[in-house]
Amino acid sequence: MLPPVFGVLFDGLAYGMLLFLLSVGQSVTLGMMNFINLAHCSFAMLGGYVTATLMNRYGWPFFATLPCAFIGAAVVSVAFERTLFRRLYRAGELDQVLLTIGIVFISVAVAAYIFSTDQQPLQLPPYLRTSFTFMGIRFAAYRLILIALALAITVALVLGIEYTRFGAKVRAAVDNERMARGLGIDVGRTFAITFALGSGLAGLGGALAIEIVGLDPSFAFTYLIYVLIVVSVGGLGSISGSFAAAIVLGISDVAGKYYIPQLGAFLIYLVMISLLMWRPLGLLGRR
Amino acid sequence: MTATEATMSPRLYLQAQTRWRPAEIVFWLATLLPYLLFPDYLSLASQIAITGLFAMSLDLILGYAGIVSLGHAAFFGVGAYTAGLLSKYGWGEPLSGLVVAAAAAAIVGYATSFVICRFRHLALIMLTLGFGLLLKELANSAGWLTGGMDGLQGIHTWKLLGRFAFDLYGYVAYSYALAVLFVLFLFARRLIHSPFGLSLRGIRENFVRMPAIGAPSRAHIRTIYTIAAAIAGVAGAVLAQTTETVSLDSLDFERSAEVVVILVLGGPGRLYGGLIGAIVFMVARDQFSGIEPQYWYFWIGILLVGVVLFLPNGILGGLAKLTSLWSRS
Repeated sequence: MLPPVFGVLFDGLAYGMLLFLLSVGQSVTLGMMNFINLAHCSFAMLGGYVTATLMNRYGWPFFATLPCAFIGAAVVSVAFERTLFRRLYRAGELDQVLLTIGIVFISVAVAAYIFSTDQQPLQLPPYLRTSFTFMGIRFAAYRLILIALALAITVALVLGIEYTRFGAKVRAAVDNERMARGLGIDVGRTFAITFALGSGLAGLGGALAIEIVGLDPSFAFTYLIYVLIVVSVGGLGSISGSFAAAIVLGISDVAGKYYIPQLGAFLIYLVMISLLMWRPLGLLGRR
Repeated sequence: MTATEATMSPRLYLQAQTRWRPAEIVFWLATLLPYLLFPDYLSLASQIAITGLFAMSLDLILGYAGIVSLGHAAFFGVGAYTAGLLSKYGWGEPLSGLVVAAAAAAIVGYATSFVICRFRHLALIMLTLGFGLLLKELANSAGWLTGGMDGLQGIHTWKLLGRFAFDLYGYVAYSYALAVLFVLFLFARRLIHSPFGLSLRGIRENFVRMPAIGAPSRAHIRTIYTIAAAIAGVAGAVLAQTTETVSLDSLDFERSAEVVVILVLGGPGRLYGGLIGAIVFMVARDQFSGIEPQYWYFWIGILLVGVVLFLPNGILGGLAKLTSLWSRS
């Protein structure tokens, strides 16, 4: 028999994995272009709505909708990047914050217009809704799959960044953008692809999040804050940093809500401020 | 810039800056128009004055010192709750309530300023955001004191100066809010045209180089952050006293974001930017409020994207550009 703390750890881990999927793209693109994209969670929300619509209206199976959530978020985000965001790479942080907050406002309003402000219902297949008990701890099948999926993506990301030609370009651009340009790397193109991939992962995260945290138009705002916390605590441009930060944050959030519910979200904000004050560049930030 | 301006001594330059321009006098006279033209909208006018004051306090740190804050509502909320609690527990005198609220917000601002002055860029934005969220959660969990989600009930504001009761039409409320706004505006105007105000602009342009010419960047940032917090607290207190309610949304992230929108719409770094922005924004919201609120957010979004892309210094920046084009031709 294991004490209940392991159950909390398991749920926290699943939640942390979700946060990691939502924020990893933001971390890499921020590290590359120093572009503060607050609309990142709007793309995640888009992915969530793609999955909800395909399942509820067209009866697609859950797993078939996930690639569509990824592709939908990636395509829309790259359209925004090419038309709007790229104008502001050289602008100050205030302009970037304002433009992207504007897009968040628009996306929230559009989502409320199309889908109403209600929570989206999601009927998962029965085999995902089961759970089993192992040594006194209840493991939900869905959370196990979520963790496995996120771990697989993490491994793929780390390997991709470390061993592929494209990954090398991304690392070069994050480390020193001007030098990378000087070596003939098309940073703009690399960035656009990275941006699309990151937003696609966010879209996937948004689709996977429906079962755990629900989906309504306020998603873009609520999870924006969590993503920013993960990114700034983890350190810009660092995949492993985001991974560590997401797990710390997920576990402390779930544990805080389990053990001291009257504090609410107070604990994670406290964790974030203390971590930022201790290491302003993030846990594994280099700059 | 003409030759006389370039050779002007610093003292004369600052004196020239403090001189009242005709447009400013017209602006302040126009704030009296609501009494004559829109007597039914005086409570809206007092809301505008409060929002304008709040935006002006943000302008001091964002427009002048270059500190982008996404958590400025924290001080607004501290002021509102202080004034509300004071009145709930038996002291409803408005003017002394303002002083206490300003002091409470200034204390919170001074305490956080030690962290704020050490950071720039993304970490700074995140810290201001974090402090704002932290304070809201604190107010939410301290339900025995703040009333939690239900808001603070049972506030009763005494008669202003012992004579003027706050009425339903908002005559007293608007006069009170406008007077507070004007007094604090004079203070802020004096402040930014002082050598201290000039060095703030220097910090905005180059944080690292200012200490080299003898201006301690961090100490200046702590000072202006505390002052801005106190003014935001006064704005919150005026809202609490005139509406006699305080709710948790005075501490919301949305409120922090909204005041940044208002300031940027009007034009940051001009002191009047927050006031103009508040007028345009609040009147537009009042007109749109017949429609569903979620569509209102759509228009704010469009507005923000438009301002960033086409009007980088807000309405006042656009006007200044137009007038300079006009005088050149």
